[in-house]
Amino acid sequence: MSEATMLSAADLAGPGPDEHGRFGIFGGRFVPEALIPALDEVEKVYREARNDPEFIRELDHLLRTYAGRPTPITEARRFAEHAGGARILLKREDLNHTGAHKINNVLGQALLTKRLGKTRVIAETGAGQHGVATATAAALLGLECVIYMGAVDCERQALNVARMKLLGAEVVPVHTGSKTLKDAINEAFRDWVTNVDNTHYVFGTVAGPHPFPEIVRDFARIIGVEARRQVLELTGRLPDAVAACVGGGSNAIGIFHAFLDDTDVQLHGYEAAGHGLESGEHALTLTAGSVGVLHGARTYVLQDDEGQTIESHSISAGLDYPGVGPEHAWLKDSGRAVYHGVTDEAAMEAFALLARTEGIIPAIESSHALAGALELGRELGPDATILVNLSGRGDKDMGTAMKYFNL
Amino acid sequence: MTTLQTVFEKARAEKRAALVGYLPAGFPSAEGAIAAATTMVEGGCDVIEIGLPYSDPLMDGPTIQDAVHRALVNGTRIADVLRTVEAVAATGAATLVMTYWNPVDRYGLERFARDLAAAGGAGTITPDLTPEEAGPWLEASAAAGIDTVFLVAPSSTDARIEKVVRCCTGFVYAASLMGVTGARETLSAAAEGLVKRTREHTGLPVCVGLGVSNGAQAAEVAAYADGVIVGSAFIRRLLDAPDEAAGLAAVRELAEELAAGVRA
Ligand SMILES: Cc1ncc(COP(=O)(O)O)c(C=O)c1O
Repeated sequence: MSEATMLSAADLAGPGPDEHGRFGIFGGRFVPEALIPALDEVEKVYREARNDPEFIRELDHLLRTYAGRPTPITEARRFAEHAGGARILLKREDLNHTGAHKINNVLGQALLTKRLGKTRVIAETGAGQHGVATATAAALLGLECVIYMGAVDCERQALNVARMKLLGAEVVPVHTGSKTLKDAINEAFRDWVTNVDNTHYVFGTVAGPHPFPEIVRDFARIIGVEARRQVLELTGRLPDAVAACVGGGSNAIGIFHAFLDDTDVQLHGYEAAGHGLESGEHALTLTAGSVGVLHGARTYVLQDDEGQTIESHSISAGLDYPGVGPEHAWLKDSGRAVYHGVTDEAAMEAFALLARTEGIIPAIESSHALAGALELGRELGPDATILVNLSGRGDKDMGTAMKYFNL
Repeated sequence: MTTLQTVFEKARAEKRAALVGYLPAGFPSAEGAIAAATTMVEGGCDVIEIGLPYSDPLMDGPTIQDAVHRALVNGTRIADVLRTVEAVAATGAATLVMTYWNPVDRYGLERFARDLAAAGGAGTITPDLTPEEAGPWLEASAAAGIDTVFLVAPSSTDARIEKVVRCCTGFVYAASLMGVTGARETLSAAAEGLVKRTREHTGLPVCVGLGVSNGAQAAEVAAYADGVIVGSAFIRRLLDAPDEAAGLAAVRELAEELAAGVRA
């Protein structure tokens, strides 16, 4: 007898995009022709998989017995005192195996890799969380694994580099361009087009060419599907607002999606404002960017007047990206979600505050959402309930924290 | 302006393949690129592709990445690209711009097509613009009277090839292998089959690029294709030269070797 699954096919299949992978004017495919057959194949195999009860069962099993789902909701009472007394509920994606929400997408794509009949996976990584998750799934399923990581990120997330190596992955530091996430993505695409015969590119966020924004989103949807149910159980009603940090946008879309039709629930995304908008050193793609094409999709991009990508800056490697997923571009333009910036300083304050008030050390990425929630709470008042996606834990950030706080 | 059509008619009349050389604008310098491209024409290139330097060249290997990076550090702008096209077109070679899509998208499609035509450019090659997204660009190019070249790859299905060649005017660019730009020791066997398959869908000339680096390889490709495209090997000569004069001499030597190859 087969056990009942926590996950259902309906949980996976979110609405949109259209058949060309477009969300309104955003998304699509802007890639070398050589990759089109591979993208078509991934799309086809994914559509079959998500309607196959056996695939759902396998993924469900891994999510429960390996990743540790469902992740709990923790009410942050002492932290909330600093948020004007609003109720703050943390979706604990930090408690996933490997320490962040990235594992949800990776387990799904690793199973897809098997179905594609491929033996090798590659991935880009910024903070190293997606790289660690991919290396982990590769170890579990016996796949060869190569991770591309900007040289700057290798340094600031050295702990994760060691983890990936221990897990048996090859980590390739990328020395071109800004030596961060965007350059790691370029290099991963170069590998993919060369080795596409035996290789699946486990894209790590809801950006890139169609069907990645859709697939990664669908595998991240479980965050919001669970959280919506949990908040209803706990409080008897829906939250007033949902807050998440936005790099490429996977954790944010993952928690937003189940609430899209709940039009009374505000959706707030927090991008990295780095040293502030005026400094020019930030990753405010949605707030300060313009519409263009980057990494295979039409979306908001930090670019100059001639379409050259402008290097982003953030203290958090996972948000240090001059592009963003096309569905977020669409949610912004449609007004369904609003996006704000949080500076390095505000994020680090929230990072330390959560540690001291709740005994939880968050990832610096997630700390941007926490800082956003502090502000949002003061705005919405003490009767409000705010659901925050605590997308990852801060172990990987201890080097940065030691320097920042002189620990 | 010399059109692609004229070039391929001439090559066909001479019973040879056309030679197409690639170089990014602004590399090794704004004037250096013009000098190098002019030398390539003098050495026997029929068509020159001027690369529009872009910050995220995700289908280029290390050699072109390096050249493009230097061009951007040199401050190369689209006006410089157009100026380079103008100078190269004046030599009598058909001159194309090879560009990733975002700079054109940002500059404005009509404006880019118009300015390129005004500079004497014959058309564009757009490696990351897929047929699904190409509609507005085909219109803008047709209105300006410039050609639109797109790529097919060894992985392309027949249905994809059909879609791509419908967008092409001038010629079809057949990528010889699955991979990024860069010189290769041996050429992929996939290229010949791809050219054959492409010809089943179009009467346009089919040119082969990616990996070609010497006269023998050019001769090999010329036996089955209408044109041979060489980029990284030219750039390598310039990167490895101790000074500009030596670089130009090496570029001339390579162009002559390749020109002999396409006539073999
Ligand atoms: C913990 C954590 N949160 C957020 C992100 C940002 O990615 P995304 O915007 O795709 O969720 C990362 C990326 O590395 C991360 O590690």
